[in-house]
Amino acid sequence: MSALRRLVGDSTPRTLWGLASLLLLLLLAPALLGKYWLSVLILILYFAYVGQAWNIVMGFAGQLSLGHALYAGLGGYVAAGLFFHYGIGPWAGLFAAVAAAAVASVIVGYLGFRFSLAGVYFALLTIAFSEFTRIAFDHWPWAGGSGGLFLKVDAASNLLDLRGGPVMFYYLILALAVGAFVLCRALLESRLGRYWLAVREDAEAAQAVGVPVLRCKMLAMVISAALTALAGVWNAFYYNNLFPETAFAMGRSIEITLAPIIGGLGTLFGPFVGAVVLTGLGEGFTDIGDALGIPGIKQIFYGLALLVIVMFRPAGLWPWLSARLGLAERAQ
Amino acid sequence: MTSDFLLALAQAITKGLLTGMVYGLMALGLSVIFGVMRVVNFAHGEMMVIGMYLAWAGFEYLEVSPLISLPLIAVIFFGAGYLLQRGLISPFIGRPEHQQFLLLLAVAILLVNGALAIAGPDSRGVQLDSQFDSYELGPLVLDAVRLHAALAAVAIAALLWFFFTRTRTGKSIRAAADNHMGALVVGLDVPRLYAVTFGVGAACVGAAGALMITIIPVTPFLAGEYTLLAFVIVIVGGLGSMTGALMGGLLIGVSEAVAGLLLQPSLKSMFSFGLLILVLLLRPQGLFGKSAR
Repeated sequence: MSALRRLVGDSTPRTLWGLASLLLLLLLAPALLGKYWLSVLILILYFAYVGQAWNIVMGFAGQLSLGHALYAGLGGYVAAGLFFHYGIGPWAGLFAAVAAAAVASVIVGYLGFRFSLAGVYFALLTIAFSEFTRIAFDHWPWAGGSGGLFLKVDAASNLLDLRGGPVMFYYLILALAVGAFVLCRALLESRLGRYWLAVREDAEAAQAVGVPVLRCKMLAMVISAALTALAGVWNAFYYNNLFPETAFAMGRSIEITLAPIIGGLGTLFGPFVGAVVLTGLGEGFTDIGDALGIPGIKQIFYGLALLVIVMFRPAGLWPWLSARLGLAERAQ
Repeated sequence: MTSDFLLALAQAITKGLLTGMVYGLMALGLSVIFGVMRVVNFAHGEMMVIGMYLAWAGFEYLEVSPLISLPLIAVIFFGAGYLLQRGLISPFIGRPEHQQFLLLLAVAILLVNGALAIAGPDSRGVQLDSQFDSYELGPLVLDAVRLHAALAAVAIAALLWFFFTRTRTGKSIRAAADNHMGALVVGLDVPRLYAVTFGVGAACVGAAGALMITIIPVTPFLAGEYTLLAFVIVIVGGLGSMTGALMGGLLIGVSEAVAGLLLQPSLKSMFSFGLLILVLLLRPQGLFGKSAR
C-alpha cells in the first residue's frame, strides 16, 4: 500500500480520474473500434511506449541518443532469430533479446560516458554504432542478410508463440505502455530518478555533491535499451518480418525520438501525447497524399507540422496542454 | 599479379582522393556553420541533394554544364541560407540541441520531399561530353569529370580560405565565433554575420552538389546518406576546422574507394563508421583539429 501511495504521490484526484478513465477506454477499445482505428491505436501505443523508453535517457538523464534503433533492432532480431532457427518461443527469447540490447547499451554507454562525450558527439556515437550494426546485419546470413528474416504467418491465435491477430498485439503493447508509464513514474520518484534530474541539469555539480554520475547515466542507458528491446520483439512478431535497412535505420531511431520531443521531454505523459499527435497527423496526411497522388506530399505536410510545433511549442505540447487542462504535472 | 593489384590500389586511391575533394567541400559547409554558430545542420545532405537537382535541371532543360551553373547555384544557396538563418534558425541559436535537431529535421523532410514531389523518385544523372575522357598520369588513368570536379572543389575551398582570412566580413565572422560577447561589445552585427555564415556554408554545399552530379546521379534517398557522411567527415577531420573538413573528406574518400576494392562495396561505409567511433573516443577534437576540449 505504501508503495502505491508513493507512486500516486501528490497527484490530484482530477489527474487520477483522468488516467483511470483513459485506461478504461483503452481496455475497451478493441470492442469499440473497427480494424483500421485499432491499427492506428496500436501505432500510437507503440510510439508512446518506445518514446517513454527513450525519454529515460534523454528526458530524465539528459543524454541525446539518436541510435535507439540499435536496441529495438537487436531485440527483434534476437527473438525472431531464435524462434526462426531453433523454435525457441518469444517469451523465452525476449530474455535473450533484452540481454543483447543491454550488452549493446553498456558498450555504447560506457564508451560514450567514460570518454565524456556529450551532446552532438554522444548522439553521433550512438548513430555510428547503429549504422555499423545495420551494415553487419546486412552481411550476416544467420539474420537473413539484406534479404530479411520472415516469420511464418499463422492465423490461429497462439499467445505462447505470439502468433495471432491485432487484438492480441494491441493488448500486449497496451500492457507494455502502461507498464512503462508506471515504471517511469516509480523511477522518477526514486533516488535514482532524482539523481538523473541532477545529472541532466548540471552533471558537474551533481558529481561534486556525490552523485555517482557515470553509474546513473549507465543505468539510464541500460533500462532504456532493455525496454526498447521489448518493443523490438513486439514489432518483429507483429509485422512478421525484419530487414536491416529498416530495423537499424537512422529513420527508425529518429521516429523513436519524435513523440517525446513533440509531447514534452522529461514528462511522463509527453510521449503519449506526442504519439497521438504524430500518428494522427501521419494518418491524416496519408489520406490527403493519396487524394492528391503526388509522391512525398504526405511528408511535406508532416514536415510543416513538425516545423510549426517546434517553432511555437519548443518545450513540447504536454506542458502547455496540461496547464490548460488544469492537470499540471510537476515540472521535472 | 601483385603489380596489377598495386596499380588497381593506386587507381582506387586516386579516385578516392578526387571524390574526397568534393566530399571535403560538402563537409566544409557543415563545419563552417557549426564552427561559428554551434548549430548542427541535420539538413546538410538534403541541401546537397537540392544542389545536385538544380545542376541537373540546368543541364537537362537549359543545357548548361554543371560547372558553368555552379556559381549561380552557389549564389542561390547563399541567398536561401541567409534567409533560412534569418527567418527560422536564428531563434534556435543557443537552444538545447534536441530542439535544433527537430527544427533542422523538419527542414530536411521538407527539402527532400519537395525534391521527391517535383523530380520524382527516379535517379537523375548528367551525361557530359567529357564523360569518357581521361587523363593519363604515368600508369594511372584519371577520369576527366572527376578531376575537373576535384579541381573546382579545391578552387572554391581556396576562395573560402581567402574570405575567412583576408576580408573584413570573414574576419568579423571568425571574431564572432571566437567570442560572441566580445563581438557584440565591439559593435559587430552578429545576427547578420551569422546569416552570412549560414549562407556561405549553404553555398559550399550547393557548389559541392553541382560538382557531385557530374560524378554520380541523384535520387532523393541519397540525402540521409550524405548528411551522415558529412558528419563522419567533419568529426574525423575536426568539427569547426576548415583544413580538418578537407582532409577528412580526402581520408573518407580514399577509405571508401579502398574498402570498395578490397572488400565488398556495400561494406565501405562500415569502415567509415568504424573510423568515426575510433575518432570520437580517442581523439574527439578530430584528427586535424588542435583545440583540446
